[in-house]
Amino acid sequence: MLGYAGKFLEVDLSKSSFKNITLPEEWLKDYMGGRALAAKILSDRLIHKWDNVDPLGPENILLFMPGPFTGYFPGGRTCVTGKSPQSNGMVGSTVGGEFGVELRCAGYDGIIVSGKAEKPVYLFIKDSDVELRDASSIWGKDGKQTDALLNRECRRLLAERYPRVGVWKEPAKLYIGPAGERKVRTSVVVAKWTHAAGYGGYGAVMGSKNLKAVAVKGTGPLPEVADLEKIKQMIDVVCKGSYGNVLWRRWGTGGGGYSFGAETSSEPVRNWQEEWHDQRSYGVDQFENKVWVKPAWSDFGCPTNCLKISCIRAGKYKGAITDNPDYELQAFLGPNLGLFTPEENVYLSSLIEDLGMCGIQGGSVLGFAAELFQRGILTKADLDGLELEWGDVDAFATLAKKIAYREGIGDLLAEGTYRAALKLGKLKGKNLLPYAITSKGISIGAHGIRSGRDFSREIGYACSVQGGDHSSMTDLPIDGWGSEIWQIFDDSAVMCIFTSFSISPNFRYEFYNAVTGQSLSRKGWLNGGGMKTLQIQRALLLLGGPDLKWNPKVDDDNPERFYEPLPSGPCKGQAADKASVKQKVRQYYEQAGWDQNGIPTSETLVKLKLEDVDKILSKLRG
Amino acid sequence: MLVPGAEFPHLCTQCEDYPCVEACPFKALAVNKETSAVIVNVDKCTGCGKCIDACPGKVPHVHPQSKKVLICDLCGGDPKCTKVCQEGGWNCLKAVDREDHEFKLYARAPEETARNLAIKLYGEKAEEFF
Repeated sequence: MLGYAGKFLEVDLSKSSFKNITLPEEWLKDYMGGRALAAKILSDRLIHKWDNVDPLGPENILLFMPGPFTGYFPGGRTCVTGKSPQSNGMVGSTVGGEFGVELRCAGYDGIIVSGKAEKPVYLFIKDSDVELRDASSIWGKDGKQTDALLNRECRRLLAERYPRVGVWKEPAKLYIGPAGERKVRTSVVVAKWTHAAGYGGYGAVMGSKNLKAVAVKGTGPLPEVADLEKIKQMIDVVCKGSYGNVLWRRWGTGGGGYSFGAETSSEPVRNWQEEWHDQRSYGVDQFENKVWVKPAWSDFGCPTNCLKISCIRAGKYKGAITDNPDYELQAFLGPNLGLFTPEENVYLSSLIEDLGMCGIQGGSVLGFAAELFQRGILTKADLDGLELEWGDVDAFATLAKKIAYREGIGDLLAEGTYRAALKLGKLKGKNLLPYAITSKGISIGAHGIRSGRDFSREIGYACSVQGGDHSSMTDLPIDGWGSEIWQIFDDSAVMCIFTSFSISPNFRYEFYNAVTGQSLSRKGWLNGGGMKTLQIQRALLLLGGPDLKWNPKVDDDNPERFYEPLPSGPCKGQAADKASVKQKVRQYYEQAGWDQNGIPTSETLVKLKLEDVDKILSKLRG
Repeated sequence: MLVPGAEFPHLCTQCEDYPCVEACPFKALAVNKETSAVIVNVDKCTGCGKCIDACPGKVPHVHPQSKKVLICDLCGGDPKCTKVCQEGGWNCLKAVDREDHEFKLYARAPEETARNLAIKLYGEKAEEFF
């Protein structure tokens, strides 16, 4: 099919074997790539035993999936997915960088990894040459060291094998840090120090498979497309739109750390006890003037360059280096922990990235622990002598390291906020879930719903098939602009939402048609691939297991904190309304074709030709 | 030039909440509906300096001779400073649409901006420059 390389690489780590496979063309037509196609592959292979599949066991499947847009649409992204150790469902997590572009140039539409290697390995792909190499020398290394050592080794290999080529640019890599190696559920798959496929916890999945990294170098052209001239024109439109977005290019999401607190009142402050702050010390100008040493930093093919390089040159945090940090990390490793200076934020972000942890999930679990300390539930003795006061950056740094290395209390907190709340609650004989601001085991992104001024909506997290994922929120009506169906398109195509602000809703379908020669429309996606993916992901989420299962009656809801009134700021007193949420959830069930218990009905699934999913779900319907 | 080697602009950032206009006891400042810029009514201005105190960046300046306050009026909507900066290719000043942005954060006293810049350049507290 046009727009596709034509083959997928299947790697069985247990047997150290590779094979090239092709998927049915109907799958590609229906599910495109990325998140949607991954959902189809996972459901096809694992749904019959889903609730018994341990996400951190060898039977889980890890997928690296670019999509038909990767390499063509400005700003390359790759979807990393599998059964999530956070939600026990499937989370389509995407990561920036040229990995997907290199992979498609190497002739693959994706990598499907199963099994578990005996000892640490990394996968090295140079076009059709694929090998598993010993990773014992990089196992245990932090993010930046891993990146440097892999670069050195891969470039040496390329130079030896292709001596007359000249200087090789480094291959694109996805790797894990120490947290992933220790199967910390808040760990991420990292690219280039600071980019990460965060939601889902796929770093732990890679770690459980003893797969330290995947490095890929592709020298071939991108897959052939239907209408190259049209694509060139459309790329031009996207780029021009991005160039016009002057302040977005200048600040990226770096303005959020102040404005989502001061203006929209939706930023987590001290583990969501508040959502408002007005600290001018946390203004974007402070980041820009104090720590951004490189004001424009683009990923491959990106016209937006919303990344900046931040560096601390001297003093206590000397040597800390990261990107902006972007808004989510600004929030979770800043106000969420009671920190309000760029230096502390850059230091913690740099550390979290080195450890291979998720800024959102990691920041959430740190905030959760600090609130328990504030309330006297966790004591100094519980925390191995740490006094976890709000604003104490060193205490948070120590705890983050303990989590990544699973030392002392860190071993428990490494299970992520939701599971830690359950386990600690059992130990303390208390219900600690009110302090865990999560949805379906996934900590909620830094866009609160109480003020109503942000883009997040009342049922955005409660009904999402990816739980607390702020980049996959949903809303009523299901064919409206806020619906998750369109997020599924973006994650499946796979494209960057930060390069596509200026384009019209139909532009992406035209782009898809120009790449593949199909004739997809917005409606076609709504009634086809988008809806199918939504149903599959919902089914996988409800099947869950083995350690946790979600009950829609309880879990299709916001965390309790969102029903408490905001204590400060311009929206003081505002809160989500339980009755209205309940009613909207019911409406959403209806529109999505789910029964009153939130389970997709037979009728819905059969209409979408998902009979296999229907058969498995019948056991949930009772 | 408070930090050796680096100049930086100290200009009105067009706050959305107009603390200077609110602070004026003589109602000498008004907001132009078309450009949203602050316009000084020189007949009413006494040069008391209350607007300077109110400004988070201490940007307004009382003219030494006329003793009336000077505040950027955006040249009637077509700022000349951005034009010349773009023509010269310095690309430092650029006119952008007035949207929901935290322009106000950039209203800082020159010492503060200079200190931040020194930290970025020298990686020190840079106290020796002040």
